[in-house]
Amino acid sequence: MGTRFGDRIIKLLSLLFASIIILLIAGIIYELISGSARSLSTFGWRFLVTSTWDPVSKVFGALPFIFGTVVSSFIALCIALPLSMGIAIFLSELAPKKVRVYVSLMIEMLAAVPSIIYGLWGLFVMTPFLQVHVEPFLGRYLGFIPLFQGPPVGVGMLAGGLILSIMIIPTIASITRDIFNTIPTLSKEAGYAIGMTRWEVIAKVVFPQARSGMVGAIMLGFGRALGETMAITMVIGNAPAISASLFSPAYTLSSVIANEFTEATSKIYISSLIELALLLFIISMIFNAIAKLLIRKGRFSA
Amino acid sequence: MTKKLVIEHLNAWFGTIQALKDINLDIEENSVTAVIGPSGCGKTTFVRCLNRIHEVVDNAKVKGNVLLDGENIYSNTMDPVLVRRRIGMVFQKPNPFPTMSIFENVAAGLRLNGTKKKNEIADVVEKSIKMAALWDEVKDKLYKSATTLSGGQQQRLCIARTIAIEPEVILMDEPASALDPISTARIEELIQQIKERYTIVIVTHNMQQAARVSDYTGFFLLGELIEFNRTSDIFTNPGDKRTEDYITGRFG
Amino acid sequence: MNSMSYLKRRIVNRTMLLLSYGSAVLGVAVLFLILSYIVVKGMSSINLDFFIKLPKPTGETGGGIANAIVGSFIVVGIASVIAIPVGVMSGIYLSEFGKNRFASLVRYFADVMNGIPSIVTGIVAYVFVVVPMHRFSALAGGIALSIMMIPIITRTSEELIRMVPDTIREAGLALGIPQWKVIMFVVLRTASTGIVTGIMLAVARVGGETAPLLFTAFNNSFMSLRLDQPISTMTVLIYNYASSPYPDWNTIAWGTAFLLIVIVLIVNIVSKVFTNTKYSL
Ligand SMILES: Nc1ncnc2c1ncn2[C@@H]1O[C@H](COP(=O)(O)OP(=O)(O)O)[C@@H](O)[C@H]1O
Ligand SMILES: [Mg+2]
Repeated sequence: MGTRFGDRIIKLLSLLFASIIILLIAGIIYELISGSARSLSTFGWRFLVTSTWDPVSKVFGALPFIFGTVVSSFIALCIALPLSMGIAIFLSELAPKKVRVYVSLMIEMLAAVPSIIYGLWGLFVMTPFLQVHVEPFLGRYLGFIPLFQGPPVGVGMLAGGLILSIMIIPTIASITRDIFNTIPTLSKEAGYAIGMTRWEVIAKVVFPQARSGMVGAIMLGFGRALGETMAITMVIGNAPAISASLFSPAYTLSSVIANEFTEATSKIYISSLIELALLLFIISMIFNAIAKLLIRKGRFSA
Repeated sequence: MTKKLVIEHLNAWFGTIQALKDINLDIEENSVTAVIGPSGCGKTTFVRCLNRIHEVVDNAKVKGNVLLDGENIYSNTMDPVLVRRRIGMVFQKPNPFPTMSIFENVAAGLRLNGTKKKNEIADVVEKSIKMAALWDEVKDKLYKSATTLSGGQQQRLCIARTIAIEPEVILMDEPASALDPISTARIEELIQQIKERYTIVIVTHNMQQAARVSDYTGFFLLGELIEFNRTSDIFTNPGDKRTEDYITGRFG
Repeated sequence: MNSMSYLKRRIVNRTMLLLSYGSAVLGVAVLFLILSYIVVKGMSSINLDFFIKLPKPTGETGGGIANAIVGSFIVVGIASVIAIPVGVMSGIYLSEFGKNRFASLVRYFADVMNGIPSIVTGIVAYVFVVVPMHRFSALAGGIALSIMMIPIITRTSEELIRMVPDTIREAGLALGIPQWKVIMFVVLRTASTGIVTGIMLAVARVGGETAPLLFTAFNNSFMSLRLDQPISTMTVLIYNYASSPYPDWNTIAWGTAFLLIVIVLIVNIVSKVFTNTKYSL
């Protein structure tokens, strides 16, 4: 009986530890919901669609933060998407093996750089550059579009989107590269055999087969951008404004939590901040879940 | 002659596929018994049932009795772990523990079964490696990784590892199938040397090998034991047409 | 096929491939741009005092970040002490006993947990630890980081333990070694290089986190070794000093960033080399 006892112990023990994961998630969801109960019952759906954020009169609405989060992530995606695709194509189809190894390594290093370091660099290097060179230029030549109107201040929606895009490029690029690599050479050769150019093979053979995985990678990158905190807090300007201009400061869900949580005094204030966290949690979960599904599907079908 | 193993009505399944059908045979103490037959006929499954390692595969099932010195290893009171200490096994592909040194590989069975004394372990390791005819080749690099050895050396290391726990029976599943002729010859020699001390069951698809090393031979076909007899009889005077076809190379 | 359209196709081809090369160059350039700024602006503040002195008040020059270095190690240490056993044991469960519904659920939840934004992790640890203890603490910070570490270690351990071939398990069992010892002393050992690498990467990743620490570990201007007191960490220090109006403090933020990135990149590169040599064997 001695040996079977040990076997049972390890099975039970490992089961116990594995259960911790389930308990943790249950605990997290419970705490987020119960923590935001006061705000949920006070403001209801209005919380999502109103713009007043006033700790003094204790009225809270999350719209500017939702706007800031979604728009900054969307800008990030618009910038990151073509670049990531370019990098993925380079790494899987174009680069010689040696170059591929080093470039891959460097793109992975880009993913390893801590968020706070992007924030530091963004704050002291990128935003002054935007303010002095990029924004005046855009304002002068494209100023007739509302997106590029207003005084160039450096920090703002554009800076936020830009720094997020740098942070999600490695995610999207490396997953897309992996998916491209699973596509059989045979089908690509079939393309070349009927006289397609390299780009045509990529666009007409590789892309269609990798589609669901690519969409998954994009969703995952978008989910990352939505939840990102430090870098964007340091460059987005932290003003709860809803403006058409990319130059104007904005505020995100994560930034407002980071800035205000330790200062929140009233119960409803804390509760509203926790509701922001709940929102962030739900949005990230949705994007992650869909992304995981698509990426898994993309790998299998390929 | 005493019967070391008595196999009665042994059946084995993988899920719904029946791999062994009502096998009955006796294995003599200190003899070498060869198991032959075309690939897929259940040789591996058969030997894996003899030390209760078949059942660790998902969905695998066994029915029947295997008596070791008269005691059924499949009875409810038997601990499979203790059965396996008495019935060791050498696998088809050499499988040394890759992150352990040569010494640690041979010592693993002792150490993990609770032997603590250092010099006792060192003695057993040396004795086992010598018995496996590997000592001269590895004595200067006992603390190097086992993966640095050649395939034939690795297989002899696996034999040493099995000998170290001092089993009574050693099961060998095509121990030389992945090896070159010289390594194969060494392993066959080795079997001759250790058979006085152990009861050996060896699976082989090589009929010359069976003829060379074994005292008894069982011929399996499609999960059934077709014929079991003295090796000399099987090869000179097979009792079944199918056995004759197989050993004369007419199929398989 | 007329020659005009052929020419057009070739031009499109050239342009698109050039753009692809361009993106790769740009990606690498951004990395070097960021790193070179960190090196240029950060290296000058690195000296012995930087490692062994405490921060000076504003206006006084000099001083160091000894408290933040020690604090980061303590907080990450706490996280590791919690997350490594939970992660590795869960990984064992998933790979060795994980062919059931419950295990799929655990896998799914680990993935969910992996996707939780880090700032939310901070809130959770605040509610779990800071509220009942009535103060910020190193422990709360460690727990926040452990919530991020657990799913990473769980899934990498699972994958690496699963990669250990069954023949190794059977070799152990055939020696009459009980299953639990085979798992703990044979299988785990075979997977250990990979698992250690995975743990190192997880440590590097959470060691660079700031958001979960803002309202858990908080900060501390003094050297503190106590787990029940607020503690300074390198990342939070970078944030606070970068956001301050004093150039002296900004400089210290750059120096700390330099130290942090050196540690993070070294760990990453070392573990890459580790895994590469392992797989090429
Ligand atoms: N893991 C397994 N799952 C399902 N069927 C198996 C498995 N291993 C072996 N079998 C089947 O059991 C039969 C006997 O296999 P085996 O004992 O390995 O034959 P041999 O060793 O004589 O070549 C074969 O038909 C084989 O397909
Ligand atoms: Mg076989």
